[in-house]
Amino acid sequence: MSALKIELKEKIIEQLNLEDLSVAEISDSEPLFGEGLGLDSIDALELIVMLDKDYGIKLADPKEGRKIFESIDTMAAYIEANRS
Amino acid sequence: MKKSVYINSVGSISPQHTLDNTLFLEEVVNYNSSTLNVIAPNYKEFIPPAAARRMAKGIKMSTVSAKTVLNEAQIEESEVDAIIVGTGLGCIGDSEKFIKDIIDNDEQYLTPTRFIQSSHNTVAGQIALGMGCKGYNFTYVHSTISFESSLLDAKMQLEENEAQHILVGGVDELVDHHENTHRLIGHIKDTPTNSNSLLNSNTSGAVFAEGANFFLLSNSKTSSVYSELVALKTFNEIAKERVATLALKFLAGNNLEIEDIDLLIMGNNGDVNFDDYYSQLTESIFKHTPQAYYKHLSGEFDTASAFGFWLGNKILKHQNVPNAVQLNALKPKKLEIVLLYNQYRGENQSFVLLKRC
Repeated sequence: MSALKIELKEKIIEQLNLEDLSVAEISDSEPLFGEGLGLDSIDALELIVMLDKDYGIKLADPKEGRKIFESIDTMAAYIEANRS
Repeated sequence: MKKSVYINSVGSISPQHTLDNTLFLEEVVNYNSSTLNVIAPNYKEFIPPAAARRMAKGIKMSTVSAKTVLNEAQIEESEVDAIIVGTGLGCIGDSEKFIKDIIDNDEQYLTPTRFIQSSHNTVAGQIALGMGCKGYNFTYVHSTISFESSLLDAKMQLEENEAQHILVGGVDELVDHHENTHRLIGHIKDTPTNSNSLLNSNTSGAVFAEGANFFLLSNSKTSSVYSELVALKTFNEIAKERVATLALKFLAGNNLEIEDIDLLIMGNNGDVNFDDYYSQLTESIFKHTPQAYYKHLSGEFDTASAFGFWLGNKILKHQNVPNAVQLNALKPKKLEIVLLYNQYRGENQSFVLLKRC
């Protein structure tokens, strides 16, 4: 699981152009949206595509994303449970 | 009665140190290359990191140039009535990445950020979003007269008092695939060329580059005023033999004669196949006129003429022609009226007339 979390942080930094951040600066439990990393709705779309492309997970209901993308912890747990 | 149009402030990011408006080519960077990149400022000093992360290079360059323009003119962002940008290829870097994603992923998994940045009008749009400008927002994509097309639109609106202050700019970026394509078709010089010997290279093609040059055009002067934009005219294509005749006609249309031009600024890019368009002026009707050039400093790109426009404005404000841009040995007796002429590969030609304020 921790390897997956590091991988997710690396992907988020690269795909969302968060070049000022390092993996160590993103905590597993901090919110990704709003006051945490400050991601927005365009980033949410980028993350939905990433789930599909890299882990074979299609979100049938984009509203699910609100809970899945809450933090690195929740993302990793969802991927572990649903990856193909 | 038509109002006069003034260039009140400038902002330039180029392969030279041009962003600091207190300087004027005191230090010139000499290159030995067939492509030139801009000297990038520290973008973090100008753009919040959250905004910058979704900006292509062209957007960053333009945003910083635009901010410099507004700071120099000391006008509020809310006073800008319109934003007009000229660009040949927009943010071509992200267009390339977006198309690569389409091919690599078999038209699946396309993400919004690169698409947003790949549209030509994203530069004008992002500047407007940053400033909160909800006014006229337009982008001209017309090869090497993209910038002049923007100037013309702004000039007409200001003359008719439909707007009072318009931010006008020209931007293009140099990226890998674009460069490789132009190398392949021979539009970029085969061998590295020294800036100082560009016009004597006797080779085909140009030294390609990138840049963002922005200006505040207004129908009233501010304390930072550079010049008055008297006239401009563009042509899609002129036969070489007609360039001198059309130059004279352009001057006559503005009640001017050859002797009235204090400085001629030429867009020579050292392409042995096309620089003779400039010779039609420099070696004939204007052979006794002081002459300057700039593409050894800026390189060639679709909106390189905006750098020439920057140069003309700086010369008129500073009342000085830097040694680095002098094309012939004649020194101007005065610097009141400047004529700019540009063309690229025999197409998209422009005349621009600037007057000292």
